[in-house]
Amino acid sequence: MASSSSSEGEGRRAWVPLASRPEFAGVTPLPQDDGPSPVVAIAYRDDFRETMDYFRSLYSSRELSPRSLLLTSLAISVNPANYTVWHFRRQVLEALGADWTEELEFTEGVAKRNAKNYQLWHHRRWVAEKLGPDAASRELEFTRKIFCLDAKNYHAWSHRQWVLQALGGWEDELDYCAQLLEEDVFNNSAWNQRYFVITKSPSLGGLNAMRDSEVDYAIEAIHANPENESPWRYLRGLYNDENEAWLNDSRVHSACLRVLKAKRNFKFALSTLLDLLGLGFKPNQEIKDAITSLRTSDLGEAGSDSDLANSICSILGLEDPMRANYWTWRKQQASSSS
Amino acid sequence: MGELAGDKHVKYILSVEKKKDNLLGKLDTVDSDEVVSWILQCQHESGGFGGNIGHDPHLLYTLSAVQVLALFDKLDVLDINKVTNYIRALQNEDGSFSGHIWGEVDTRFSYCAICCLAILKRLDSINVEKAVRYIVSCKTLDGGFGCTPGAESHAGQIFCCVGALAITGSLHHIDKDLLGWWLCERQVKSGGLNGRPEKLSDVCYSWWVLSSLIMIDRVHWIDKEKLIKFILDCQDTENGGISDRPDDAVDIFHTYFGVAGLSLLEYPGLKATDPAYALPVDVVNRIFFGRCST
Repeated sequence: MASSSSSEGEGRRAWVPLASRPEFAGVTPLPQDDGPSPVVAIAYRDDFRETMDYFRSLYSSRELSPRSLLLTSLAISVNPANYTVWHFRRQVLEALGADWTEELEFTEGVAKRNAKNYQLWHHRRWVAEKLGPDAASRELEFTRKIFCLDAKNYHAWSHRQWVLQALGGWEDELDYCAQLLEEDVFNNSAWNQRYFVITKSPSLGGLNAMRDSEVDYAIEAIHANPENESPWRYLRGLYNDENEAWLNDSRVHSACLRVLKAKRNFKFALSTLLDLLGLGFKPNQEIKDAITSLRTSDLGEAGSDSDLANSICSILGLEDPMRANYWTWRKQQASSSS
Repeated sequence: MGELAGDKHVKYILSVEKKKDNLLGKLDTVDSDEVVSWILQCQHESGGFGGNIGHDPHLLYTLSAVQVLALFDKLDVLDINKVTNYIRALQNEDGSFSGHIWGEVDTRFSYCAICCLAILKRLDSINVEKAVRYIVSCKTLDGGFGCTPGAESHAGQIFCCVGALAITGSLHHIDKDLLGWWLCERQVKSGGLNGRPEKLSDVCYSWWVLSSLIMIDRVHWIDKEKLIKFILDCQDTENGGISDRPDDAVDIFHTYFGVAGLSLLEYPGLKATDPAYALPVDVVNRIFFGRCST
């Protein structure tokens, strides 16, 4: 079977016209039909034009051969977003009885230069499906390599989630999330994956079982960087719809208090307290004082709890002026519900 | 603040591509018959459309084809049944949609299918309830939506899910306050919008985030003036076109989303855009309420 991994090298070697290559002897290239008067004539490079002319020829004759496979490699190297080429490649692979492991290597070559290409990832998934659960560790390793270059690659995360659910490999996933968060605690994708793991992993017992330790984990991250949006949302997500549990977990409002006392990066701490107040939270004097001390002199005195919510919104309107309208709306909500 | 260099952008657009949006009010600079004839040549025997002549059909391009035909008021050239059958065959048992026969599933395709069928007035040909249920299953812990259940909230996916829910009259499934807050938190210091926490701002999110905010009635939660300034700063005022962020190279994709974003912000001189259908409001009115003057 013709080598399918040649696309990586093609780009670097000098282009040998397909017309001169013996493996394509007898193929009549089919030019692109742009119609009688093209509105826009794209200035294609010679290698691109020739590759696609040959591709069109073999595609239209539905030739499912080793040289067709090679041609799809070349076509993918000049335009990896051409999904028709990928479709045809899959048809060729199935007809020829592909070596799926070799095909995985081919996709790794493409991924090196096109890690955000939809067609690549879909193709990789299609190949991995052929291999089944045996492919799990290789797929996890592949996405790990992608994350070394871009730890937030949305396609790679989508693939990794699919791998875990379809092929398995959950055992080390929570540790992997912890590792990524150690490297970058602001990586929202890693926080999302952590939530995915604790809620869906068959070896962890589910959200209720994991909540306690995860609250501590999130709060630790909050104190390291209180301005980090992700752990605050993660913390809230741990309670999901269980408002009573959220209200009664003293660690949550204690964490908010600690951030307020530091008097910097307190936006999410204040908004969390605002949410809690909205659900009937009764703050102690220490929290009230901490909020009051953040007020600038022109905001006047805070009194009852509704004044407290009012105060919080006023502070946030000044602290986060970009979202002044949002905080004004929160203020209106707070006063209309009291 | 700078101004929108509308004429320069028109020149840039014409220099790049056939398909064009109408928002700059210059649709008549393009030959509609040529475009329509080319689009029909992109249609596959299955009824779906490919990205170009000879390309395999795909939901993405099927939606684009129908949107362009709607812009030119040429939907009547279509065999509606054929296109409908292509789309409905792509709905899966769980209500999700595949993008093509090879089975890739993503909430983007839910939006494409629903938007396209709504324009063709054939929404009843799919199982809307299941489609909605699938989209709702993609809701995340922060009130947003991802590409599949469990995936991270992403403004692009959120647009697709909110748009699909809006078109099917299912916005009540959304916690608008929670999502609205997540969306307005996408605005960063420069005034631009990002697509996820701690990512760089990009002009295209002016569309994804803004249209989502409008659909859930929360657009007043962002700082409009600062966003307008950001988009205008992304223009190439000499050669036309808009880039992802200031001083980067322009491309047709960001030119569209920058102009569309400004339209949503009611920038003077631009036509109003429907946030769910991503088409000018007068085109949407024409589709659903009959002939109106354009």
